[in-house]
Amino acid sequence: MVSEKDVSYVADLAHLELTDEERIRMLKDLNSILGYIDRLNQLDTSNVEPMAQVASRYGERKGEVMRSDETRPSLPREEALRNAPVSDGTFFKVPKVIER
Amino acid sequence: MNLDLLTVDSARTAVLEKETTATALADAFYKKIEAEDGAIGAYLTLCKERAYRQAARIDALADKGDDLPPLAGVPVAIKDVFTTKDVRTTAGSKILADFIAPYDATVVSRLEDAGAIILGKTNCDEFAMGSSNENSGFHPVHNPRDRTRVPGGSSGGSAATIAAGTAVASLGSDTGGSIRQPAAFCGVVGLMPTYGRVSRYGLIAFASSLDHPGPFGKTVRDAALMLQAIAGRDPLDSTTADVPVPNYREQIGQPVTGLKVGVPPEYFDEGLDSEVRAAVEFGIQELKQAGAEVVPISLPHTPYAIPTYYVIATAEASSNLARYDGVRYGLRVGEGKTLSEMYRRTRDAGFGAEVKRRIMLGTYVLSAGYYDAYYLKAQRVRSLLARDFDEAFTKVDVIVTPTAPTPAFKLGEKTDDPLAMYLADIFTVTADLAGIPGISIPCGKSKEGLPIGMQILGRHFDEATVLRVAHVAEHALAAKVY
Repeated sequence: MVSEKDVSYVADLAHLELTDEERIRMLKDLNSILGYIDRLNQLDTSNVEPMAQVASRYGERKGEVMRSDETRPSLPREEALRNAPVSDGTFFKVPKVIER
Repeated sequence: MNLDLLTVDSARTAVLEKETTATALADAFYKKIEAEDGAIGAYLTLCKERAYRQAARIDALADKGDDLPPLAGVPVAIKDVFTTKDVRTTAGSKILADFIAPYDATVVSRLEDAGAIILGKTNCDEFAMGSSNENSGFHPVHNPRDRTRVPGGSSGGSAATIAAGTAVASLGSDTGGSIRQPAAFCGVVGLMPTYGRVSRYGLIAFASSLDHPGPFGKTVRDAALMLQAIAGRDPLDSTTADVPVPNYREQIGQPVTGLKVGVPPEYFDEGLDSEVRAAVEFGIQELKQAGAEVVPISLPHTPYAIPTYYVIATAEASSNLARYDGVRYGLRVGEGKTLSEMYRRTRDAGFGAEVKRRIMLGTYVLSAGYYDAYYLKAQRVRSLLARDFDEAFTKVDVIVTPTAPTPAFKLGEKTDDPLAMYLADIFTVTADLAGIPGISIPCGKSKEGLPIGMQILGRHFDEATVLRVAHVAEHALAAKVY
């Protein structure tokens, strides 16, 4: 069971604040969904390899996954900064970095 | 010219044979969108400048009497999860409401290279997370076949443009069923290619090991022609496979005589709507009539697919969505006293309820103490689900199932119960987890006149056989569908 404390802990990890109302709803929803997910424990998977992605199972392009380390054209600085909420034209600007 | 009847080939032919011009076609579609899309809500952004520039290029080619590229003049719509250079790209989220993409997704540039005219960007569930389009950060989409119902999700806008005739073809993305399920709900064709067949470069990531770009069309042929334009290795996406892309136009139209069609009982259990069951069983009979052999098979781990999917997809999403922090692009709320306060305020304001729910679930299953119990466990079950298909495809060439357990449901019907909403994807998530291709084609209508979809799944990189079977079924079922 997920507790209110777990919700706070996970919200913190996920950089979410959540209102009191959202926290109550989240507690209910997470417990309901995780309760459903628990049915995975009906399966014995002790001898089954985890599957993180599809391509590795089929072994295409063996040895070709790495590309050569060459400089290639990339977004010009001006373009990369164009969507920045706050920038000084050279860098992204953020509030003072002081840990909570 | 009746826009509702245009297909990829007939639109191109009309431009090639000077019955119309690409510019006039774009004009006609924009007029139709302005008149009719208000009640549907399928489009979020129109990109007229870009569309007319491309149309002028195609018209210049046609004037010279040159042969035209395969999608020349074809008006298409793009799900707003694909980046489009200098055009607003939102992923259906308020956090990207003003984001102007600095580059094109590979699928977008490939469609334009093939001559297509991009009319605009379509509405979707926020970051493609949803099965009804009601999670759009902007407004829901109404199903053109019955406006009190959802179009399905998450690519509901792209499916609706085809059903409403406000685009000839469109692009969506499928992570748990987001192309096939809305295709079924809207009565159109939706194709999810094999993982690695189509580039994800410029697809705003939801769950990277599950995200599949793919097309919608009115017909199987249209879906095949769209796939032809976007398929193939892309150096900008290292997960695309260097597997030859066959000529799909030659493949469709081949008979299905001697092909083996697998039917898994796990997809026809008691939860299945009786009208959906009857329509899909009729479709299977038609394939048998056409010369295919129907073979019972088993996919025993199917009941574990939804829980597996909701662990893996949310884990990957929680990681992918960490980038929305108010620093490099997108929304930023409050300067805050500290960086982390600014992050939290921005993400609280920018993300909707379902996205927050999935970020929380994904963060939880990856957190210390739960990683093995949930994430690693789900990855192991994913192997079992993939093995089910490997085993089945030693006996059969394709597998036929319903696409969704019910026809389109009412707007608002499932918004209060996330788990009930997740179960709308029960027959589609398995193919995403295994990475195999699948298509949904219309196979009939309910008594209320709602479309019903039939799903055809195939072997890795064997879209050709899937399309071939779909094309035969489409023609056999035409009387039931229209």
